[in-house]
Amino acid sequence: MTTDTTPILRVDHLRKCFGAACILKDASLSLRKGEIKVLIGPSGGGKSTLLQCINCLVLPDSGEIHLGGQRIDLANKADLYRLRQQVGMIFQDFNLFDHLSALDNIAIALRKVKKMGKREAAERARLELEQVGLAGKAGLYPAQLSGGQKQRVAIARALAMDPKALLLDEPTSALDPELIGEVIAVIRALAAQGMTMIMATHQIGLIATLADEILFMENGVIVEQGAPASLLGPGNPSKSQGFCDRLNDLADGGG
Amino acid sequence: MTLSPFYRELLAALNQGLLMSLALIVPSAVGGVLIGITAGAMRVFGSSWVRRLGDGYAALFRGTPLVVQLFVLYFGLPNVGLYLSPYAAAITGFMLCSGAYQSEYVRGALLSIKRGQYLGAQALGFSAWQTVSAIIVPQAVRRALHGCGNEIVYLIKYSSLAYVVTCMELTGQGKTIATEYFRFTEVFAIIGLYYLGLVTLALFVLKKIEQRLFVPGFGHR
Repeated sequence: MTTDTTPILRVDHLRKCFGAACILKDASLSLRKGEIKVLIGPSGGGKSTLLQCINCLVLPDSGEIHLGGQRIDLANKADLYRLRQQVGMIFQDFNLFDHLSALDNIAIALRKVKKMGKREAAERARLELEQVGLAGKAGLYPAQLSGGQKQRVAIARALAMDPKALLLDEPTSALDPELIGEVIAVIRALAAQGMTMIMATHQIGLIATLADEILFMENGVIVEQGAPASLLGPGNPSKSQGFCDRLNDLADGGG
Repeated sequence: MTLSPFYRELLAALNQGLLMSLALIVPSAVGGVLIGITAGAMRVFGSSWVRRLGDGYAALFRGTPLVVQLFVLYFGLPNVGLYLSPYAAAITGFMLCSGAYQSEYVRGALLSIKRGQYLGAQALGFSAWQTVSAIIVPQAVRRALHGCGNEIVYLIKYSSLAYVVTCMELTGQGKTIATEYFRFTEVFAIIGLYYLGLVTLALFVLKKIEQRLFVPGFGHR
């Protein structure tokens, strides 16, 4: 039985080691439709690995992934392709296809994975570019776009697949400060439209205002989770507040 | 202006040799590129024994002189009951030798594609085959182009070795005339010009291909 309270994505006890180094020790979370979880914590804490394990770009050593109530068989390639198609991923360094124009970056996924016709795919791609304010850049190649524009194309590309949820792995970390705003605006618009997301970020503004829940990750474990109201606030002894304080100090020191 | 009998005979022989050279070069270049793409992909994406097979092939054919390879193919194989015509022996040797070098260019190009390109495709639900065929190879081709073109330029010139297995191409034809008239300087200077013409033509075609495949971020127009 599927109701609105059934999580659309649930992961249980994910674990991933590279040799003797266990980057992800035991991570579980579930995501309801329209929910936004923000993943914070020190670098090397396992945020990226958790996100990459959720759509199996890195195969977890153990643990379970459920998508829309169905368990994903991690040994079954078709299952993995289906999972990745329905759970979009935004990378820190965009990963646009360098040999294709902005439009074709989006259209090729629609044609190869969704088996859309050429014209239909191009139309959909154009529509998605419009959504992120890049209708005029359809013919440009990644080498001709700014970092912010590249990330917006990457977001448009993920959205064109009609994902059930979006994973964002520090989407603004590789951007020049003056380009961060345009990407944040797109992410905020997505949130307003009710997109389900898990986002790892160091953007203090996004943490407090977007998150339904904050997950604080350290040494491969989610050590703290809760609503921003309960974790954040001046003088709150939580690790999350401590982390945000350090980000603020850095920002002040830098400014 | 009429040509002296020597030049008339020389040019007739060289033109005939030119046709044979082209008949050697064009299929060898195409075959070499195809073998190179196959072997290069095997050496990058193959399982460990497939990889070793590809590495072994490249090591053998890059590690031994082409003349030796041609002698083995033409004079050696009959010992095990396999008779190749001079033309077949030459073209087999050229393809295998060229393919070994091409596989190295292709391998380098495939390895130069960043991991993010694979991740980007996989994250959208591409299968492994779709990732390689739609994303990795089109980029690798553009990176390998210059190296592969260079190998074709080499091939044009080492095709002159076909005459050592009695396949009478440009050099072989010219050498016959030179010996007959004992006029080596003129004959080989003219043969040199023929090769220069062939290479110039090849460079022109390669440039056209490069321009057609041009994408911002991959070299210059």
